[in-house]
Amino acid sequence: MAEIVLTTVTVRVLLFASYAELLGCDALELQLESPATVADAIERLRSQPRGNRLPPKLLCALNLAQVGPGARLTSGDELALLPPLAGG
Amino acid sequence: MSSPCSRHLPVVEPMFLTRNPIELEALLSEVQDPTRGGIASFLGTVRDHHGGRGVVRLEYSAYGPMAEAECARIVTEAKSRWDCGVALRHRIGTLEVGEAAVAVVAAASHREAAFAACRYVIEEVKRRVPIWKQEFFADGTVEWVGSEGSGSPLRGEAR
Repeated sequence: MAEIVLTTVTVRVLLFASYAELLGCDALELQLESPATVADAIERLRSQPRGNRLPPKLLCALNLAQVGPGARLTSGDELALLPPLAGG
Repeated sequence: MSSPCSRHLPVVEPMFLTRNPIELEALLSEVQDPTRGGIASFLGTVRDHHGGRGVVRLEYSAYGPMAEAECARIVTEAKSRWDCGVALRHRIGTLEVGEAAVAVVAAASHREAAFAACRYVIEEVKRRVPIWKQEFFADGTVEWVGSEGSGSPLRGEAR
């Protein structure tokens, strides 16, 4: 008899600048059903209070490198949401 | 924010980001060399106005480890493309009007390469490095630069 095992992926999400202000924190942990992508994490963030005010297109970095929404998440990953850059 | 730490990520010693005032002389001494006769420098300082409104100070924040890595990549690119020495600093924290937020010094055999490398580094820093700034206006409002609609109205709502 087949047994369904639900595994989860736990990632750390970092929020900066206007996004940290919007969601009221600068870091949080997300538990997502495996397999999970960056898009799944973003969808979860949008369901947080005021998360629906995040812009439709988000710049993301996974373990310090920019990635697209389809990037696959692994437990222990660090996912950062980057507001429009404004250095200099 | 507290330093983000996860098991995948290397611990990076800050090299390019600083909370202390930027000393141009220190950057010059990093790249000066008898073989390099042309030195170009760029300083980006806090301006007292934006969009016709008075600015009293800026507050810079960064995604430290990624900003360091991206600065290192930009400097490496410039060095190999123009065969030059490059020094780069970006300030984080609260800066008053007139203070230097970013400094680039490029030293090459001749001025053409020095100017080109210096220009490349500052443009790429602005385009690629995860740094953000909040503008504090003379009228008391506060806005995130580049994030329309998520500045002072939100802040007002939170209080």
